[in-house]
Amino acid sequence: MKSQPDWQPTASRAALKSRAQQSAFVRGFFAQRDVLEVETPILGRCGVTEPNLDGIFAQVDAQGIKGGWLQTSPEYHMKRLLAAGSDSIYQISKVFRNGERGSRHNPEFSMLEWYRTGFDDKALMEEVADLVCGWLQCPRPQVISYREAMITWAGIDPFVVSKNDLHQRCREWLEPEQLEDLSRDGCLDLLMSFAVEPNLGKDAPLFINQYPSSQASLARISNVEGFDVAHRFELYIDGIELCNGYWELTHPDEQRARFGADNRLRVADGKPEMEVDEAFLAAIEHGLPDCAGVALGLDRLLMLKVGTRNIADVLAFPLERA
Amino acid sequence: MASYSTNEFRGGLKVLLDGDPCIIVENEIVKPGKGQAFNRVKLRNLMTNRVWDRTFKSGESLEGADVMDHDMEYLYTDGEFWHFMLTDGSFEQYAADAKAVGDTIKWLKEQDVYTVTLYNGAPLTVTPPNFVELEVVETDPGMKGDTAQGGSKPATLSTGAVVSVPLFITIGEVLKVDTRSGEYMNRVKS
Repeated sequence: MKSQPDWQPTASRAALKSRAQQSAFVRGFFAQRDVLEVETPILGRCGVTEPNLDGIFAQVDAQGIKGGWLQTSPEYHMKRLLAAGSDSIYQISKVFRNGERGSRHNPEFSMLEWYRTGFDDKALMEEVADLVCGWLQCPRPQVISYREAMITWAGIDPFVVSKNDLHQRCREWLEPEQLEDLSRDGCLDLLMSFAVEPNLGKDAPLFINQYPSSQASLARISNVEGFDVAHRFELYIDGIELCNGYWELTHPDEQRARFGADNRLRVADGKPEMEVDEAFLAAIEHGLPDCAGVALGLDRLLMLKVGTRNIADVLAFPLERA
Repeated sequence: MASYSTNEFRGGLKVLLDGDPCIIVENEIVKPGKGQAFNRVKLRNLMTNRVWDRTFKSGESLEGADVMDHDMEYLYTDGEFWHFMLTDGSFEQYAADAKAVGDTIKWLKEQDVYTVTLYNGAPLTVTPPNFVELEVVETDPGMKGDTAQGGSKPATLSTGAVVSVPLFITIGEVLKVDTRSGEYMNRVKS
């Protein structure tokens, strides 16, 4: 007997309804604050250079244009709008990350991304808290630094720990030969995922900020207590990473340099070099207004709302059934 | 054998780890935002049946294990080996040792079909079907009129397995038994 394909949704009707209510809540929230909703391409000409993000290549063939990428985030397009004078904007969009499927990951997922002109990371953290706590009806988040979190839960100081001690600590999860070609940030990511994250936001939501400058991505960098830290923050609730925000970098030269550094890391990792998005760089050269931006995983927010640990419970059709 | 990278890991995939064939039970991706991705993998070692928790960096790979399940009919034992034959019409025979047969020995009935897992062409494990039908060869006499409820008693089956059965069961009856729990299901009309 031939087995029937799984045609039914994995989300309950109640979860689907909660998703619709969540979208309405988000739109209401930004309408009240006069932030403009926009739509940008989910199919773009370029991918991203981020060393740990893999986009999905699309076989575009139209008007002499061949190939494109399903976007890992609407960031570049939204920053082009900002450079063109859009003022504060938000977007609810589908984004794509290859290889990611698990209890909190699906290669296609819903992202809420927004940019606030004139905000710094602190001001944006307040707004994230307003949105998330307003929707989940939970207490306001506490804030601790990346360094403090690592010292507390992983038992190492990320800024001064020796390579030897760092590897020693990572041995709880990886064999010595697996550690050989793992970068310092890779080791820190391991500790963040396995030693720190499960403890975060248990009683109340928790912001982590002041990431090492090597993990700044597109955030500005400042010196705090003698260490270069990024104006970057993440919010955790019940061990789930919910969002990632920056006080955005506006220097075109620095931006170009970070793309170059990303590509060198990709090549070292055996990944293909990614074409740099020149339209994005041109926009930054034209001038990105001072702003802070954040990307928030809407499926995970919904997981917290309906009280599940499995993303499939809030998706109509996860990858296997899509 | 092919090798499999972390993106290809999924439940049921058979791979070699530390030289032993293993089956992936669970594969979870763990990844901080824009950071390095890791796979937290639960594997069952098919040699020892022990479950291992291992962490892999995204992009790492494991050799596939040449492990295949086959339907085979049980033929006989010579005391040292248990002989099985493929049911695909090839008549090809395989000899499983006591380790491969394991606990399944108490459910082995000639001419019944079992799942024999071959590793590099040799029997690694023998798994019985979920339900088998076996004759009672020894049990206390049945009690007349007691057909509905009440106590239970042990009964020895033709293969040597002992199961707990209702009091009304008598020698010579054929019983359907769940091999996963070892529980009596019902009588089978012969």
